[in-house]
Amino acid sequence: MQNTKLEVKNLQISFSHEGNQVNAVRDVSFSLGQEKLAIVGESGSGKSTVGRSLLKLHPKNATVEAEKLLFGDIDLLKASEKTMRDIRGRRISMIMQDPKYSLNPVMKVGDQIAEAYLAHYKVSKKIAQEKALVMLEKVQIRDPKRVYSLYPHEVSGGMGQRVMIAMMLIPEPEIIIADEPTSALDVSVQRQVLNLLDELINESNIGLIFISHDLDLVRNYCDRVLVMYAGRVVESIKASELENAHHPYTQGLLKAPPRIGDIRHRLPTLERDPSWLYN
Amino acid sequence: MNMINIEGLNLSFGSGSNESKILHDVNIQVKAGESFGLVGESGSGKTTVLRCLAGQYHHWSGQLSVNGNSLQHKLDKKRCIDMQMVFQDPYGSLHPRHSIETALAEPLKIHKMDNKDQRISSILKKVGLDDSFRYRSPHQLSGGQRQRVAIARALILEPQILLLDEPTSALDVSVQAEILNLLKELKEKEGLTYLMVTHDLGVVTYLCDRVAVMQNGHIVETISSSDLANHGASEPYTKMLLDCCYHTEARLNDTTSFAN
Amino acid sequence: MMTNSTMASSATSKSASAGMVMLLQMLVHGSKRIIRNPLTAAGLFVVMLLLIVAMFAPWIATHNPLAQELSNSLQPPSSEHWFGTDEFGRDIFSRLVYGSRITLYIITLVTVIVGPIGLAIGTISGYFGGVIDTIFMRITDIFISFPGLVLALAFVAALGPGLEHAVIAIALTSWPPIARLARAETLQLRKADYIVAVQLQGASSTRIIFRHIVPMCLSSVIVRLTMNMAGIILTAAGLGFLGLGAQAPLPEWGAMISTGRSYMLEHWWLVAAPGAAIMLVSLAFNLLGDGLRDLLDPRN
Repeated sequence: MQNTKLEVKNLQISFSHEGNQVNAVRDVSFSLGQEKLAIVGESGSGKSTVGRSLLKLHPKNATVEAEKLLFGDIDLLKASEKTMRDIRGRRISMIMQDPKYSLNPVMKVGDQIAEAYLAHYKVSKKIAQEKALVMLEKVQIRDPKRVYSLYPHEVSGGMGQRVMIAMMLIPEPEIIIADEPTSALDVSVQRQVLNLLDELINESNIGLIFISHDLDLVRNYCDRVLVMYAGRVVESIKASELENAHHPYTQGLLKAPPRIGDIRHRLPTLERDPSWLYN
Repeated sequence: MNMINIEGLNLSFGSGSNESKILHDVNIQVKAGESFGLVGESGSGKTTVLRCLAGQYHHWSGQLSVNGNSLQHKLDKKRCIDMQMVFQDPYGSLHPRHSIETALAEPLKIHKMDNKDQRISSILKKVGLDDSFRYRSPHQLSGGQRQRVAIARALILEPQILLLDEPTSALDVSVQAEILNLLKELKEKEGLTYLMVTHDLGVVTYLCDRVAVMQNGHIVETISSSDLANHGASEPYTKMLLDCCYHTEARLNDTTSFAN
Repeated sequence: MMTNSTMASSATSKSASAGMVMLLQMLVHGSKRIIRNPLTAAGLFVVMLLLIVAMFAPWIATHNPLAQELSNSLQPPSSEHWFGTDEFGRDIFSRLVYGSRITLYIITLVTVIVGPIGLAIGTISGYFGGVIDTIFMRITDIFISFPGLVLALAFVAALGPGLEHAVIAIALTSWPPIARLARAETLQLRKADYIVAVQLQGASSTRIIFRHIVPMCLSSVIVRLTMNMAGIILTAAGLGFLGLGAQAPLPEWGAMISTGRSYMLEHWWLVAAPGAAIMLVSLAFNLLGDGLRDLLDPRN
């Protein structure tokens, strides 16, 4: 793949808990170019753990090992905490699920965006504020000046998530990791936020890792899909070819949700095969 | 006869200039054995309707009746026997310090019912769990198993109506399928009446016969599920919701081969 | 053939034994975690030591705590009298050992009074809210706004000095924080789905409060009570020091400091020994409370 931004080979993550070792992620390999890559799985599949480990945001009791964990020419495995601080937010940023919990409740949203810029660029406060206003306009907020001085509890969920996106995009990162960025939002708002994210990403050549539980959403939105099950990637497939997915788990996920006008009397349930864990 | 009859239900919070009206003149009629869906986005008041029926708000105005009995503002035991509820979050709806047995025995003790042991066994079997689950505590169960226990707890008083508050939205899709199958099966076997709140149009057309679409405390449109699926919706808001839903399903509908 | 009643009783005994097993597992698991934190372990050790000393006081004490021997008064610590003797020639070590019984008696009694009262008032006012909440919380405010020792003083002054009166006085001043804590927890709990579920099952308010809410508040109340014990010991010692608690010749630690005060400059051990005992035990309860908080925190 041309222009590879991130390369992961045989990523292994294990947690030690009271003397027991639990493998949360095993043998995960992928590379990310300027594209939208989805990591899909059910709860406990390890999809969020993968996302966090890329930024070394994993908890202390986790061990991360890999044959390769390259971001550009930086080896993330060996990177010092100081290097990581430069990377986090500046070069790789992360959008979380619920803006309610990821925004500082006692700080104006505009100031939080400006702060995100100031953290990585040596400019005056004035310029950062200007930047933040431009950014608010970019995420299609109608009245940026008014919204700038609102507090997080005064904005709606959709607007909060736009603010989050503005905050994550303002340092002009190369990769965005979005962990279920729209699952706390209503469907109509969800679509607007996703379209917006899509536009901004294409505009500035950003690579996106989109972590989600929703295969339907992801297949229309992303270019490539990694399906994770119990810490492993069971299938890696182009989103447009998902109908022809080979793995029974992927097929099961596709068939499980009921559709509008579903004529099935019973929904198919997943039969989990232990042999999936050994391939 | 209507199993659930809601006429002119109004509810507001605050007073004077701060008064905000949550429900505006809501009318819903659900026949016995029917399952009825309430859909809408967050803040539409769909859950509030359910909570009024469940006796969580005491200051609504209008007419509510269930199984022919008109409801007072306070909960009474008769209402409990007629109607039970299943909640959205299976992690918050079971008492963390009570074993499954304690949770299921509690309603029986309150209503002084006999044969506790047999009732618990048979209800567990009905929701697809075996007797070994009796002595476990909620934190030892998966989300799907917890939701089964919550359904068992709702059914142990043998109510005729189940209020379902987004019963599957906190679950993984594969588990959601299991719970929806279970709910459908229980409805057919026991002749239950469902009133379900959800934001998922797929789920509502799968389980419900009729649907009311809510927006900002108003019912925008009441429509049968089959009409909804066959583009029979007339209100723009309903069409917009459908559009959002089809948008994510778009590519799937091209390859309609997923019916099994 | 098994009848229903035997089936039911076998089920209840089975569930009871399952409960016992769960409790035992929790205890074993819990004690392991307590021991892992050295400070908590030290606190637990001192509290256990206090219990053992109080229980086996007659065997541990080297002398009769009340026996006077005027010819032997104000002796410095020696192999005969480990912590020296007081102005009447009584063995201070033995008095400390017997004094632990009084300390334990006071904290047990206060805790037994304060725990249930605080829990009941807090959960009831949190659960019902509205007028009941306002009335209960204003009463709590009144009690909380009096300085503890002053209220206790007033109370003892009205009833006359004595151990029982001191206990009642301390109890009166230490229930409000417990009630506030229980109320705060209840306010969070009463909107929980599982509480709504039992309401919808037709449970009475009494049943909901005592079977469903109280068990959830219990762990934080226990932690708070443990930390409170340090305060109780200090208040008891303070009352003893002022001559309003345990009366002579009872070997209460605070009273021992009070009488030893007059000889303090030349004979430091009269004050140092009971002072150290008070400090050690109240520190131990604080450490234990901290450890219990980590242990019982539902987030773990």
